[in-house]
Amino acid sequence: MDTQAHPGADTEARMMTGAEIVITALQEQGVEVMFGYPGGAVLPIYDALYSTPEIRHILVRHEQGAGHAAEGYARSTGKAGVALVTSGPGATNMVTPIADAMMDSIPMVVITGQVPTHLIGTDAFQECDTVGITRCCAKHNYLVMDVKDLARTIHEAFLIATTGRPGPVVIDIPKDVQFATGRYIGKDGVTRRTYQPQTEPHPSLIEEAIAMMRKAKKPVFYTGGGVINSGPEASQALRDLQKATGFPVTSTLMGLGAFPASHEDWLGMLGMHGSYEANQAMHDCDLMICVGARFDDRVTGRIDAFSPNSKKIHIDIDPSSINKVISVELPIIADCGNALTALNTAWKGTRPEKPDLTDWRAQINAWRARKSFAYSGSDTEIKPQYAIERLHALTKDRDTYISTEVGQHQMWAAQHYHFEEPNRWMTSGGLGTMGYGLPAAVGIQAAHPDALVIDIAGEASVQMVLQELSTAVQHKLPIKIFVLNNEWMGMVRQWQELLHEERYSHSYSDSLPDFVKLAEAYGGLGLVCDDPKDLDSKIQEMIDYDGPVVFDCRVTKAENCLPMIPSGAAHNEMILSEITGDEIDETGRGLV
Amino acid sequence: MSSNQTDIPASAYDMSHIDEADERRTLAIIVDNEPGVLGRVVGLFSARGYNIESLTVAEVDRRRHRSRITVVTNGSPQMLEQIEAQLLRLVPVASVTDMTKSKRGVERELALIKVAGTGDKRVEALRIAEIFRARVIDTTNESFIFELTGASDKIDQFCALMRPLGLNEVSRTGVLSIKRGAEPG
Repeated sequence: MDTQAHPGADTEARMMTGAEIVITALQEQGVEVMFGYPGGAVLPIYDALYSTPEIRHILVRHEQGAGHAAEGYARSTGKAGVALVTSGPGATNMVTPIADAMMDSIPMVVITGQVPTHLIGTDAFQECDTVGITRCCAKHNYLVMDVKDLARTIHEAFLIATTGRPGPVVIDIPKDVQFATGRYIGKDGVTRRTYQPQTEPHPSLIEEAIAMMRKAKKPVFYTGGGVINSGPEASQALRDLQKATGFPVTSTLMGLGAFPASHEDWLGMLGMHGSYEANQAMHDCDLMICVGARFDDRVTGRIDAFSPNSKKIHIDIDPSSINKVISVELPIIADCGNALTALNTAWKGTRPEKPDLTDWRAQINAWRARKSFAYSGSDTEIKPQYAIERLHALTKDRDTYISTEVGQHQMWAAQHYHFEEPNRWMTSGGLGTMGYGLPAAVGIQAAHPDALVIDIAGEASVQMVLQELSTAVQHKLPIKIFVLNNEWMGMVRQWQELLHEERYSHSYSDSLPDFVKLAEAYGGLGLVCDDPKDLDSKIQEMIDYDGPVVFDCRVTKAENCLPMIPSGAAHNEMILSEITGDEIDETGRGLV
Repeated sequence: MSSNQTDIPASAYDMSHIDEADERRTLAIIVDNEPGVLGRVVGLFSARGYNIESLTVAEVDRRRHRSRITVVTNGSPQMLEQIEAQLLRLVPVASVTDMTKSKRGVERELALIKVAGTGDKRVEALRIAEIFRARVIDTTNESFIFELTGASDKIDQFCALMRPLGLNEVSRTGVLSIKRGAEPG
């Protein structure tokens, strides 16, 4: 191992057991809340936790819940989320959250117990090759075979999880290492020579970017989750730069909230279910400034038709994001916040006046007039879009955090719940994990006890990690689970309509639970609503209830999530109002 | 980038790179020598669909626990750029050097080649071995084991010539590389 500690950093070294080292290191790293589930191979750590009331441990019902809760905690605070689970099934149940955090660049430290070192490799009870299994889905991982490496490893894990492009780091600790006695080493000076992320932009590239921005007639900011990860200062720097330049802004699913949705230059989310104006602006722009986004396939659509006439600037902290999918003229490797601040300074240093974007604005307004998120209303049934709109209207003036599951409801939430601030929107973007939202809400609520935390869910997704409702009740986390219940796996049904001539193979959920009784069984409140006239009062009842609520919102059953760029199509080939079934060609059918 | 290009695949899913001219590259990857590091490198290649033509690894700096992994790979220029960037994302990877692109790389491979035969074939095998400066490191009445060092294509040629003379087993190290000149790295 190539970790160094300061020569002076060891002065406070103390002897303690491995388990105590873990807890002491977590405290030194500022961990206030962690999520976990005990088991044979982590009992010594749980024993050390028993006498550490400073760390609040949230006992989950399934390890996957601990992982997503840690993700929700991390995404809503900017700090690393911490999860503690046992060996074998404890570790394998964590694999989905680890992969999820990797895809969405969420800082997370996962501590897993392991069988004692002398049993490793013998197929011992509850043994699995945790570092082998998580190697390809974590940013980094460790198997700590010697207690003398333990403190240093934990500090290094936090460093790697939270710096550069953030991500999950796994520390696998055999049980005998937890019992062994070793020296505690503080975090100061713990570095890793081979890990040096570049965070400052090169000044000459900033100058070049400014020159391109000055020349642009049809510019657009395309921002992503990197702006959120870079901290609230980065979102402020984006707002400052937008104010100085007047350039319109669109964002990926992961980047929502970095730029206020109420702003006149906000184009809405882009991509497969993004707004018409955002996708048209991306297609027709002459300068694309990508900040902390990665040209994901949900964003680009058909890549040979992706923004054919633009020059592209790509700001990213991860060099491997550059030219991975889309070639760019000017890559800038840096932390988004630093790059945006440098661009602000440089822009002000050239000429103060804004460029004349009158024609571009007029064009955007013409696209905007298509009102691509519009839907046909109803007096008799609750339209899912309407439900989100009302939820937004009744919660926007509160301290509100939103998480989602994955599917139609997630896209409707992204379209119709308008975010003004970063860190308010927690969703599984890259991996697309159904079951993410409920446990994520648990983690968010643990971080923000007085806030209103709502999981916008679908009736299919929410059942995947539903048992965490029990966690919410036990730990007095008054999360609200707002289920858009259409009895279908809505997005699957929509794709079957689009691609498989309405052969709805196994996408209808028969025998759904009675969500009201279910909530009551767990000790929460259950509400049901199927009449648009009652919706506001029922939502208000949900908000006012001091405890977990499951809201069974019965919505239109076969509503499609539109607009939509069909797979294999270009940005300017969106389906706006109605699916006819012949939108996707043979190539597109093979895509996901 | 321009819209009239038709050879770019329609989606990231079918970016096969087959149409683009593949290039062969030798990469020198310097890593911290710790458990699992080779697994990380090899796993990255398989997970992202990159090719490994040859692979060698050994510790080269005991004091600093550094190992050198030499990988021969092939792909389009864009894919090769990605391979380097993806390798550098791995925490224990200290550096990646494209030995082919640098133009200063020299490459060598070592092979052990078993040739079984008697009579004229045996004499001919020994004669060719002399031409290639292969050493005999084991001999029986019916066989030789040759040790041969050189560029990979030289070893390929040697094997091709030995095949009709009774070649029945080959063991190769894979490519090693280092840069010419006084400077390290």
